[in-house]
Amino acid sequence: MGNVADGLPGAPSGVPQGDVLMEAVDVSLAFGGVRALSQVSFQVRRGELFSIIGPNGAGKTSMVNCISGRYSPTEGRILFKGRDITRLRPSARAELGLGRTFQNLALFGHMTVLDNIMVGRHNQLRNNFLTGPLYWFGGARREELEHRRQVEEIIDFLEIQHVRKAVAGTLAYGLRKRVELARAVALKPDLMLLDEPMAGMNLEEKEDMARFIIDLNEEWGMTVIMIEHDMGVVMDISHRVMVLDFGRKIAEGGPEDVMAHPRVRQAYLGEEAA
Amino acid sequence: MAGATMRPCGDFRTSYRADTTIFDDRFSRNSVIVGIVLLALAPIVLPEVFDAYWMNMFIQIGYLSIAALGLNILVGFTGQISIGHAVFFGFGAFASPFINSNTGIPVVLCVPLAGVMTAAVGLLFGVPAARIKGLYLAIATLAAQFILEDFFSRAEGFTGGVHGATANPMSFFGYDIYTDREYFYVVLVFVIVMFLGATNMMRTRDGRAFVAVRDHYLSAEIMGVNLTKYRVMSFGVSSFYAGVGGALYAHYLGFVSIEAFNILFSIQFLGMIIIGGLGSVMGSLMGTAFMVFLPEAMDALSRAVAGGWLDRALNLQSGINNLREMAIGAAIVLFLIFEPDGLAHRWRQIKAYWKLYPFSY
Repeated sequence: MGNVADGLPGAPSGVPQGDVLMEAVDVSLAFGGVRALSQVSFQVRRGELFSIIGPNGAGKTSMVNCISGRYSPTEGRILFKGRDITRLRPSARAELGLGRTFQNLALFGHMTVLDNIMVGRHNQLRNNFLTGPLYWFGGARREELEHRRQVEEIIDFLEIQHVRKAVAGTLAYGLRKRVELARAVALKPDLMLLDEPMAGMNLEEKEDMARFIIDLNEEWGMTVIMIEHDMGVVMDISHRVMVLDFGRKIAEGGPEDVMAHPRVRQAYLGEEAA
Repeated sequence: MAGATMRPCGDFRTSYRADTTIFDDRFSRNSVIVGIVLLALAPIVLPEVFDAYWMNMFIQIGYLSIAALGLNILVGFTGQISIGHAVFFGFGAFASPFINSNTGIPVVLCVPLAGVMTAAVGLLFGVPAARIKGLYLAIATLAAQFILEDFFSRAEGFTGGVHGATANPMSFFGYDIYTDREYFYVVLVFVIVMFLGATNMMRTRDGRAFVAVRDHYLSAEIMGVNLTKYRVMSFGVSSFYAGVGGALYAHYLGFVSIEAFNILFSIQFLGMIIIGGLGSVMGSLMGTAFMVFLPEAMDALSRAVAGGWLDRALNLQSGINNLREMAIGAAIVLFLIFEPDGLAHRWRQIKAYWKLYPFSY
């Protein structure tokens, strides 16, 4: 744990100075002739709430996809907990402690909310295709119920008790976003990647979500990398911010410093404003 | 929990254990148990009604539904289309007598062993699933259909070639089972065990992983589900069920012909799970029962109208066999249009209706 915010909840009061949890080293990603990322390097320390911002098409999601394993960088390396994970399967990264949510909803539409979240426990559960069918014998039931109890804590935390038995595909957008976060939390990740957790939400839902993210960071001790377009939220809750533009890193630092950076103003507001 | 009321509207669970039971409430659990007991008692109490004909029907539904359940795990739960299920059923049907006659292991143990052997073959033919999906995978399973069919006709040591294989009757450590009525109980036990196993699998880790792969494979992978492993494993589990079903079929008939396991049979398995309900354990049983009874019903119908005005008008005598085949095709089409979620979904709706009866609001 880095710091506990003083004063208003979530007000960043200094950057946590934990050890380096995740590091991107000169990461480049090209799709044919399109360079989505060019030589992007950054470090995220344990306990940080780190935001990636930038205009549309800047490569934010590509960066997160490189970390979670969806894309494989053309050049460069991704280090997680000091280990090179550049060529690791996404499922193996989950096992190492990487969790993420998606920009476009990616729930298991025909499963109940509860089952969706239980899938997040996949790597922590030990029952398999032999002990699972035997359920009552061999401990599968005991284990499932134990994890169910832990999943209920996540459900309580994210305030989705009322929909736990609902089929995920039938839920309203804001709730689905929350269920997706719950599913990622169930992984107990050390590093949580949030791809636009507040996109398409109204003010009240955004406030709720911001509070959840702060709680995850401060109370659950998760390091968070977040992509978000809402500048108000980013400036309020982030410890550090990185700005991408056309696949290049143009600034990194505390929220205020980044906003004052001339190239950031240029990227967001156009040439004249610079 | 539910007390004396039949279907309580407010059912409050006080433990996670009570919240993860197979059946929603005590009433539906007890109904199923009573149903199974009645089914088991039927041939004893009413031997005139439940004669050899009905026993034959029930046994057929039994072994076919086990295989159909396997296909449902693959197609309905994991979302991988297979159009070669019949050859895995066939492989089990040859494997069990083969093990039995070569090693002398009692038949009752050969049945699960044949399942394991078929699972190994299924895993082998499931390997393409690691790389391809959708229609392309369906074509790859078609290859399994033709390769194994050819294998059956060539591997004379295993299948007896064109002469077919003979299977010993079911035996329990010295006690042989010859009559349909006794065999019915054997199949009943296998059906209960296999269906409970599948139900349990679907509420534990690997079953959820299958459904996750089906619903959204990208996020399943991010959640830590090894896609390759589960896609191939689904073939293994599915083939295990097919093998057990096939073994029960072999020891029931006593003779296995290499021609039985053609592509039409594979399509019939698909028909069973589509009619029953993709992604539903009980639907596999309902769909199989439907597919077994439909031709019988069509036969009965054609006998009833034979010689009548309708018969003369449609000239049915010449086309009575076509009518059976057409009925199966029509049933699949009608189900796809009017009840794509199958009989299982219809059953759930009936239950929901009666839960609130007579106040359906």
